[in-house]
Amino acid sequence: MTTYHFLQLYWWAIVSILGAALVFLMFVQGGQTLLWGVAKTEDEKKLLLGVLGHKWELTFTTLVTFGGAAFASFPLFYSTSFGGAYWLWIIILLSFVIQSFSYEFRSKEKNLLGKKTYELFLLLNGIVGTILIGVAVATFISGGNYAMDKMNLTVPSSNIVSYWTNNYRGLELIFKPFNLLLGVVVFLAARTLGLLYVYNQTSRMEGDAASDIASRCQSKLKITGVGFVLFFVAFVVCMFLQTGYRVDVSSALFNGVDGPLNAEPYAYLHNMLSYPWIAAIFLIGVVLVLSGLFRSIIKGKSAFYVTGLGVFLAVAALLLCIGWGDLAYFHSLNDIQSSLTLYNSSSSLYTLKTMAWVSLAVPFVILYIGYVWKKMTAK
Amino acid sequence: MLLTSSLADASRLQFALTAMYHWLFVPLTLGLGILIAIFETKYYRSGDESWKKLTRFWSRIFAINFACGVATGIILEFEFGTNWSNYSWFVGDIFGAPLAIEGIFAFFLESTFFAVMYFGWDKVSKGFHLLSTWLTAIGANLSAYWILTANGWMQNPVGVEFNPLTARNEMVDFWSIVFSPTTLSKFSHSVMSGFLVAAIVVIAISCWYLKKQRNREFSLRSIKYATVFGLIAIFALMATGHTSAVTVARTQPMKLAAMEGLYRGENGTPFVGFAVLNPKKTFDNDEKPYLFNISVPKALSFMVDFDFNTFVPGISDIIEGGYTYKDANGVEKKALSFQEKVDRGNMARRALSLYAQYKDDQDTVKRNEILSQAKVYLDDNFEYFGYGFLKSPEESIPNVPVTFYSFRIMVMLGGYFILFLIVCWWLTKKKILEKKKWFIFFAILSVPLVYICAEAGWVVAEVGRQPWTIQDLLPIGASVSGVSSSNVWTTFIIFAVLFTTLLIAELKIAFNQIKKGPDGIKWN
Repeated sequence: MTTYHFLQLYWWAIVSILGAALVFLMFVQGGQTLLWGVAKTEDEKKLLLGVLGHKWELTFTTLVTFGGAAFASFPLFYSTSFGGAYWLWIIILLSFVIQSFSYEFRSKEKNLLGKKTYELFLLLNGIVGTILIGVAVATFISGGNYAMDKMNLTVPSSNIVSYWTNNYRGLELIFKPFNLLLGVVVFLAARTLGLLYVYNQTSRMEGDAASDIASRCQSKLKITGVGFVLFFVAFVVCMFLQTGYRVDVSSALFNGVDGPLNAEPYAYLHNMLSYPWIAAIFLIGVVLVLSGLFRSIIKGKSAFYVTGLGVFLAVAALLLCIGWGDLAYFHSLNDIQSSLTLYNSSSSLYTLKTMAWVSLAVPFVILYIGYVWKKMTAK
Repeated sequence: MLLTSSLADASRLQFALTAMYHWLFVPLTLGLGILIAIFETKYYRSGDESWKKLTRFWSRIFAINFACGVATGIILEFEFGTNWSNYSWFVGDIFGAPLAIEGIFAFFLESTFFAVMYFGWDKVSKGFHLLSTWLTAIGANLSAYWILTANGWMQNPVGVEFNPLTARNEMVDFWSIVFSPTTLSKFSHSVMSGFLVAAIVVIAISCWYLKKQRNREFSLRSIKYATVFGLIAIFALMATGHTSAVTVARTQPMKLAAMEGLYRGENGTPFVGFAVLNPKKTFDNDEKPYLFNISVPKALSFMVDFDFNTFVPGISDIIEGGYTYKDANGVEKKALSFQEKVDRGNMARRALSLYAQYKDDQDTVKRNEILSQAKVYLDDNFEYFGYGFLKSPEESIPNVPVTFYSFRIMVMLGGYFILFLIVCWWLTKKKILEKKKWFIFFAILSVPLVYICAEAGWVVAEVGRQPWTIQDLLPIGASVSGVSSSNVWTTFIIFAVLFTTLLIAELKIAFNQIKKGPDGIKWN
């Protein structure tokens, strides 16, 4: 393996870890959906937003860093997916923008739009944001309607390097059952984690509002948690049944950039099986999620961190499985040979190396986030 | 798919809207964060609760503003992908890195410790809280450094090589990008303008309390510190403004010419203090450039090169070429005309086409011969690559009136703030500030003026570098995504409504909090 390809794999792993961290941290979004049905009185809503209020910036920053890392390491993906599936990404962005000021503005007097509007914004972010992030991630497997040719830059009349081939600009992706299935899975994961986190916090607090929220979280968890597991299993089965597109490295052209892509039924299942340690991470993740839910639903114990770790591991393993093993991680439904792979979409060797040095700071960042989390979350 | 000018215009307008709204919120975050950290340091050292009150009140204003900066900032980052997809590929290898570093190093620092700064008064020790406040302020300024590294690189694309195999620019020298003179002067100038905004806002709000005869001690103390802070900022702004001008003269002569409304340069070019531009003037007619002007002889030459006789080219000179100039490395060269640059840009594009055509050819000998020749042509002409996309000289000229007047607004307001802050410092020293009703009026008036000044600076920087997204390498029209202009106009309207609503809400909330004052706010 060349150093260049090693770094491409490394950066896909970093993007996967950031993606998995984002799904875990979307417990904030899931928690926001509890503004309806769980937090009923003003005191309860204040309490709910208080426990989530320390954390939303972290989720938001992870999303921004995920975007930045994707841009730095795989700029062709940034260019193709964001510029092509325009409306999908714009709606995702809008759903996060309306979140960013709602925490601060909701509780203030003379806030122009009224408390209910800011609550609606948080609810929209919790539902639309999570579902559409799931839809966007699902396109890693289901592909998109785009065409790409880097040399288009030399054509005076049509110099767009990658462009969407229909006029729906990504809106059509929302209505694909497979994409929507992952959207629902991410929504249910976020809500499950949100319920667990809010229960974890409020069950330690005193007062009627806290105990009412905690007991409602506990009762809602049964349906949401079980729903999450069922939809997740359905998604994994569908994913493993999908056809993927693998680079034939042995037939690569002389320039060594990449080779032709060949269709391969059950490609993701094959990929998972060919990396036993990824499969092991995935299984550990699934076991942790199941045991976490069992502990909270059956035994009534707080299991946010166990379940969260499980979600993180399972998502990271699935994302690794999508991009590694020479599979196209975002294939073109218009022209398979235009598909994006780690080979043809990554930054240069120099940039990936530079960024690899930068990535060494990530454990330090995680360390201080963990320290602050502990300080701010402990009773 | 044809690129229409309305798509480029719509994409530009949307980006300008987002960036200008973003810059309404960010400067206050940059400066106020540092001021708050100074106030809290005083509290930590003295244990005096009045310093804590000061810290907490200004933190509240900081938090309201911070949320809005975050909201507009995320859109900016993702707009590079959604609206500038060609750009994202052509320079993503360089441009993405600062954005990712900004996320990893600065945003996490800022957002993690902001939570402690704002919510953590009763949860962490005094020392840890102080550290968190400083880290939030440093994180905000660090984030500015990285995004301005990206912006500075667009204006002065150093440390890269074009790779014909991937049809993009690739980074070859990270440190020359991070420490390019353009980046350093941009960062220092932008951050200092943030400090000035914060100083003026703190002085104005405090003066309003003095006018209402309330929170006297709080206000006088805030004014005292903000004035010194503002004075440091304004003098640093003068110095960094000068270094910016020197850099612009070397790397973006057309921008400098537009800033000055200069069509014909001379050995010993005057600096235009104030002028009314002649609307009939174009680069190819003999109309006078100004209807009226007050100029300082030879001053522009001296400002950009410390030599009263240096030739500073005007717009017509740059279009026609033929004069000698020093490039970014200080090497003397003969300027090419617009048409020569276009020819060389086209030559670079043809060489790239040839490369694309033959890079996969099975005949190794023929392929290697053609590719090596194409590479030579490409390397020789690549510095003018972007000109191959331009059709007429007019396309290479930025909007002169907007650049010219924005520059004057910025400089004149800068002069006003020097005077304002010196007077403020003197009145504070003499302890007579609260008696001077006229000064309080000017203090409150200064708030909109300082925002106009900060925005005008960015208008000069960004309108003045048109038509380039990457100086000389990629124009606006070749940078956009393949979306239809109607899609972009729709999102433009959505963003405009959203950001305007956000701004009104922010102002209403902030005014209400200010009205309540440091004694009237119920702390969380």
